[in-house]
Amino acid sequence: MEKKGFDIKKLTSSREASLAVVLLVLCAFIAFRNATFVTPKNLNNMFVNYAIYMILALGMMCVLVIGEIDISIGSTIAFSGMSAALILRDHQGTPTLVAFLIAIAVGTLCGIVIGIVIARGKVISIIATLGFMNILRGLTYLLAKNQWVAAYQVTEGFKSFATGKYLTFGLINNLIFVAIICYIIFFYFLKYTRTGRKIYAVGSNAEAAQVSGINIDKVRVMVYGIMGMLCGLSGALWVSLYASAQGDMASGIEMDIIAACVIGGVSLTGGRGSVVGVLLGALTIAVLGNGLPLIGVSQFWLDAIKGLIIIVAVILNVVLQRSMDKNNLKRREI
Amino acid sequence: MSEYVLELKGITKIFPGVKALDNVHFQLKPGEIHALMGENGAGKSTFIKVITGVHKAEEGEMYLDGNLVHFKGPKDAQAAGIAAIYQHVTSYPQLSVTENIFMGHEKVKKGRIQWKEMNQEADELLKQLNADFKSTDEMGTLSVAQQQMVEIAKALSMNARIIIMDEPTASLTKRESEELYRITEKLRDDGASIIFISHRFEDMYRLATKVTVFRDSKYIGSYDVDGITNDDLITAMVGREINDLFPKPEVKIGEEVLRVENLSRTGYFKDVSFAVKKGEILGLTGLVGAGRTEVVQTIFGIEAYDSGRIYMNGKQVNIKKPLDAMNLGIGLLPEDRQLQGLILDWGIGRNITLPVIGDLGNKLLTNEKKERARAKELAERVDTKAVTLFDKASSLSGGNQQKVVVAKLLASDLKVIILDEPTKGVDVGAKAAIYEIMGELAKQGYAIIMISSEMPEILGMSDRIVVMCDGRVTGELMRGEATQEGILEKAMAKTQKTTEAVE
Repeated sequence: MEKKGFDIKKLTSSREASLAVVLLVLCAFIAFRNATFVTPKNLNNMFVNYAIYMILALGMMCVLVIGEIDISIGSTIAFSGMSAALILRDHQGTPTLVAFLIAIAVGTLCGIVIGIVIARGKVISIIATLGFMNILRGLTYLLAKNQWVAAYQVTEGFKSFATGKYLTFGLINNLIFVAIICYIIFFYFLKYTRTGRKIYAVGSNAEAAQVSGINIDKVRVMVYGIMGMLCGLSGALWVSLYASAQGDMASGIEMDIIAACVIGGVSLTGGRGSVVGVLLGALTIAVLGNGLPLIGVSQFWLDAIKGLIIIVAVILNVVLQRSMDKNNLKRREI
Repeated sequence: MSEYVLELKGITKIFPGVKALDNVHFQLKPGEIHALMGENGAGKSTFIKVITGVHKAEEGEMYLDGNLVHFKGPKDAQAAGIAAIYQHVTSYPQLSVTENIFMGHEKVKKGRIQWKEMNQEADELLKQLNADFKSTDEMGTLSVAQQQMVEIAKALSMNARIIIMDEPTASLTKRESEELYRITEKLRDDGASIIFISHRFEDMYRLATKVTVFRDSKYIGSYDVDGITNDDLITAMVGREINDLFPKPEVKIGEEVLRVENLSRTGYFKDVSFAVKKGEILGLTGLVGAGRTEVVQTIFGIEAYDSGRIYMNGKQVNIKKPLDAMNLGIGLLPEDRQLQGLILDWGIGRNITLPVIGDLGNKLLTNEKKERARAKELAERVDTKAVTLFDKASSLSGGNQQKVVVAKLLASDLKVIILDEPTKGVDVGAKAAIYEIMGELAKQGYAIIMISSEMPEILGMSDRIVVMCDGRVTGELMRGEATQEGILEKAMAKTQKTTEAVE
């Protein structure tokens, strides 16, 4: 038994490594079938298009790590993105940075409100965020009076953010750069700050966290605030990327984001999840979304394949956990 | 300077409806290992929580080094150098050993957690404790003994000078216990004072110099370990007089109905064998954690067993799910009736007829009239006090809820009724009524298995008593020969397990 226990331990600890291998095999397979996949142009497109997904996955990971879920993110993105777009439409002189800050502020506020309802109001997170999904989507339409903000109404400076490379002085696309910065910040935050570790403590054992003096409610509200903040940022990026704002933008995105987290090894019951894993999970979603159409897989198959992968990932998580528990029980002598 | 590092005087703690601690005293000398003993529910755990600031006592005073202290919460107690090692509550299974040790008091430099330093210090602590694992291992992958070492390392990292260990040896093997003794003695030699709660006499003799006994939330006495015998201690722990009257009817005991042989489930119980006869009340007792509930849940098919056999009326049966057990005529009244026994939002009548709903009416529709009549008859048999059958189950008192669950059992055609702590949390009057019902059921020829931690109840109601300890049956006593002392002696492991863990 000793040997088996050891193997399983090794497998879980190097989950990221095995996921990286799977991802590489997937890339190689797609590149073998259609060489355009690995051209710099296509890869750049893929990263630009999926940068928002990668950013959102970080926030969702925090939410899942504390053992909750957030399905309202699509609506929060739309609401904050629309807010920024309307300001740009009505006040053409608004600097790009201000528009971004407005979107981030709106998103953060939404997140904090959601967090308070869940933590203080003791509402189950899936129900609370289901409610906010509809509330915020409705508000988005109301705010825009059911109109689009079309490309010609958005300032040139704002639109060019998504296509420009000026943040890195011409090195890489701004969107990709923002995503990279987010990953660095979150890596540091979650690993090297007390606040970051509190998130894991609450998710791993809330009762124990309380006994050791952690304010659980505060951590919950903070995590939803972080999620909201990233939604706000993503809302602005979305408007910039697609050069327009529509009432139904980003709807349904939450499923892809949760999928990225689950594939990346984040536990739906809380306590487990790493920035590296989430990066790989989000990349997997990006490669599937970009690569499969290139080798002639239809959109409908794409959805089915994504669903299948999520289920396999979850089953794998459960099986690993169970065999670990069983092994631990065996050590108890009666 | 006081003679005692910790002294508690006249502590009384009241929970709604119960006095959990009644005028309790305790004195701990510096560098002493002090054992705290008592039956289940004697108030040990509550007492520990008062010391660690989790509960606030209604009355009484606590002195640290002779100074009066008031703890507002666990943080205050930690700051005062008091650390408690509970069995499970405080660990984070998905996080590393280092984090489990340092959670709440991480080493931080300019807001940045110093992982390297923390890992190093954790490894040093683990080395001191002779641990065979690393600081970077994940907590959940460690064995119980190893997790306990982490908890001890945590206490050390906080520079605790009073360390409380709550049943630390309960799930350890002999070798692991030896290791724990060694560590505990070392902690004492380094100047810590230790309160050691245990159900094992061996632990006490091996480590403690003083022992304090609680019984029924009261302080019984403190004794020198050298001057006390097992018998004295057992008398101190159970020396109450039994004056409650139990309405145990004389029943002619018939042939054997249910028999289990060598039933085992990895990690929970092993080689459990007993039988119950028609009209007999079999008391199944032992301390909490002995595996009683797990055994009956396995018999009822809620959990699967790894080896062993179950016989009904002499024929071997295969029980895989509760429905199998019910079809064979086995009924279980679960310990947590709100969780497993009743649908609180439903009316009493609906609850009672739920197990037999298929028999009342045709395939598609239930016959409401028939259902109501059946429910009424059953509710009257157990004498439930409710205005109508449509009253919600949640509106009843604990005792009456219990009666409804019993009525629900009676609805199906049973031969064996298993009652898991049937009188837990009900008042005296309701208890008497439940005993009466039990007696009545025995008279009607049901075979009854009653799990109970309450000694008077076990002695008063059982025809035969099976005692379990650490997942094994340690004794079987007939009604006439059973005494409180005899049962407790069997329920407490005097010697450690002889077999080593197979790793």
